[in-house]
Amino acid sequence: MIYFDNSATTQVLPEVLSTYNAVSEKIWGNPSSLHAMGEQAFNLLEQSRKQIADLLHCNIDEIYFTSGGTEGDNWVVKGTAIEKRPYGRHIITSSVEHPAVLNSLHQLEKLGYDVTYLPVDENGRVSAEDLKTAIRKDTILVSIMAVNNEVGAIQPLKEIAAVLEDFPKIHFHVDAVQGVGKGIQELLEQDRVDFLTFSGHKFHAPRGIGFMYKKRGRMIAPLMSGGGQEKALRSGTENLPAIASMAKALRLTLENEEKKVAQQKAIKEKIYNHISKRSKVTVFSKLNDEFAPHILCFAISGVRGETIVHAFENYDIYISTTSACSSKKGITSGTLTAMKIPDNIATSAVRVSLDEKNTLAEADKFIEIFDVLYEKFKKINS
Amino acid sequence: MQYTEIMVRYGELSTKGKNRKNFIDRLGFNVRESLHSFENLVIKAHRDRMHIQLHGEDYEAVMKRLKQVFGIQNFSPSIKVERDIEKVKVTAVEMVKEKFKEGMTFKINTRRSDHNYQYDTNEMNDILGSHILREVPGIKVKMKNPDMTLRCEVRADGIYLSHEKIDGAGGLPVGTAGKAMLMLSGGIDSPVAGYLAMKRGVDIEMVHFFSPPYTSEQALNKAKDLTAKLTPYVGKIRFIQVPFTEIQETVKEKVPSGYLMTIQRRFMLRLTEAIAQRRKGLAIFNGEALGQVASQTLESMAAINDVTTMPILRPVVSMDKNEIIKIAQDIDTFDLSIMPFEDCCTIFAPPAPKTKPRIDKARYYEERLDVDALVQRALDGIEITEIKIGDTFLNQEKKVFAELL
Repeated sequence: MIYFDNSATTQVLPEVLSTYNAVSEKIWGNPSSLHAMGEQAFNLLEQSRKQIADLLHCNIDEIYFTSGGTEGDNWVVKGTAIEKRPYGRHIITSSVEHPAVLNSLHQLEKLGYDVTYLPVDENGRVSAEDLKTAIRKDTILVSIMAVNNEVGAIQPLKEIAAVLEDFPKIHFHVDAVQGVGKGIQELLEQDRVDFLTFSGHKFHAPRGIGFMYKKRGRMIAPLMSGGGQEKALRSGTENLPAIASMAKALRLTLENEEKKVAQQKAIKEKIYNHISKRSKVTVFSKLNDEFAPHILCFAISGVRGETIVHAFENYDIYISTTSACSSKKGITSGTLTAMKIPDNIATSAVRVSLDEKNTLAEADKFIEIFDVLYEKFKKINS
Repeated sequence: MQYTEIMVRYGELSTKGKNRKNFIDRLGFNVRESLHSFENLVIKAHRDRMHIQLHGEDYEAVMKRLKQVFGIQNFSPSIKVERDIEKVKVTAVEMVKEKFKEGMTFKINTRRSDHNYQYDTNEMNDILGSHILREVPGIKVKMKNPDMTLRCEVRADGIYLSHEKIDGAGGLPVGTAGKAMLMLSGGIDSPVAGYLAMKRGVDIEMVHFFSPPYTSEQALNKAKDLTAKLTPYVGKIRFIQVPFTEIQETVKEKVPSGYLMTIQRRFMLRLTEAIAQRRKGLAIFNGEALGQVASQTLESMAAINDVTTMPILRPVVSMDKNEIIKIAQDIDTFDLSIMPFEDCCTIFAPPAPKTKPRIDKARYYEERLDVDALVQRALDGIEITEIKIGDTFLNQEKKVFAELL
């Protein structure tokens, strides 16, 4: 089996799962309880938080646990809208964000908020210049993802941060869900970034857990009101087994990050060099530093994306149409459309997404099958 | 590089005249305490330098500890070579090559404590300098501010080479200024006050008041953990916990709320003084800073101070909160201090404490209480723990957690 769909989800690591089980069995007190069992659970909760804060080089009080990327995105977008309502109702984002951001914004539009969707270039990247012109007096939030989940474009976060230096009151949110262990920590840890949202299952933790970085001093309204957990900003009894296992998964993912990134780059490069020579192939991801090392999006013209996915599946190779969220709905990729890729090509797009478990041998196998399928499609289409 | 020893230079000690020997002995003792866990070290505290022979111990780990010992100006990891000039040359070149970058400048700085050696200082500089120039292409000599100063010490037992000078913690060896009690709450200020006291050579013992069930075990453990954070500067610190429940309950019952805080503090001070006298302490340190809270106005300090004639020293008295926080972060007590457990200063805090309490009134209200008996019973309940480097109390599961995380 070759699993090349790591942007959809990753496999839970055995050592992460063992933490999950051990915590469920042994440390099952409620961290809010006053007795020793509660205290023990509380200590583990805070120890996990500290480990994550240390790994991201931030303060322990800047990490908040959530149920995942979708909640994180919803929280920052809507929480900022509520918190900063008296100061303005204008939000800037890109046209290639994850639906968790885009659909949250659509909801806000119905409530009277005004949203600017920045266009992207042929590489799927926004420009800091466009951002600068879009900023208004009543802008409260800029939400730009770190790595696009469909084509892997890394947004120019440095340039954006530089523009926002002059607008210190605007919240700057970076959706970092696809950015963990991909060698872009430096971009995420910039001073001007106010919010980062993460999802555990994209880096070998279980589903249903994620976390948010909120810079000290930034204010945000809670979406989950209740018993006052997470400093009353995100109520709900803490999912301790998942939190502890996520802390472990993050540590393991970031260990030897450079080496792992180099390996993913090498695999991507190998496949890229092979398939881009074919006349019917359009590759949307590039090999340069403006793209993440783990995502390769391409189309074989004349063949529908889902046909390609299933064809590979017959050989036990798992890839996806552009994003897992939209692949079952049969709609074309939002990112490719925003990149002004014609519909007939966009419907043929598929995504290969890697992680550190993948090998060059798998790339060879993939290329071999690709050639077989490519010839077959060519015959049918001619 | 496989260093063989660390050479330690003393700080202000050298100016201390007749007391010098005491200072050096004390510093030697403190260094031994602090480096206790490294079994193979041999530590020799001489009149002008201290030599820590490594015998295979990890020099970086040793230096990390050493940086926290007060009374050290700076130190250098060095290599001992036989008094054979050829061998010195080889090691010197190795040392330079390890740090060499294109365009680097250097100089040799020789010092001889053994004047019988065959070469004098200038000859040594010349021999080593010209050898390095030959062996390391691209390197240049520079006398003022070179990138690397290779120090060469000729001693009777060998020749010592080093090139780094690492700043120590400065200050005076803990213990040379005598012993005092520190009133340790769980807050940000008192650990900083303790650190500053130690920096000037004071040997401190922690006095911590706890009031179960009003304060939790966690609050007590937090105070112990704060103490543990300060142990690297001395090796070990005694932690004295004083039961305070009865006094707090009695005061709450019999004293008007405006004076609750003042009178509680007067009790704390009486107790600390009594403990200091028993344990031969000469003064009391605390973390009071002027004007931060109601108990820290000058009026309030006067009303509280009224119960003792022992010197009360307040190292952070004139600091801004931000300055205190900065130090707390540097000594790594800040994150612990802000953990939210009730301590005995926050429970029974009156809604509106007097910011300008009067001494006569404080005395008047205390007449309703059997002060001596209350103090005596608290003293009878004292428990003393010796806290060593690396001890943890708050989070004893840390090791279990380390496996999970």
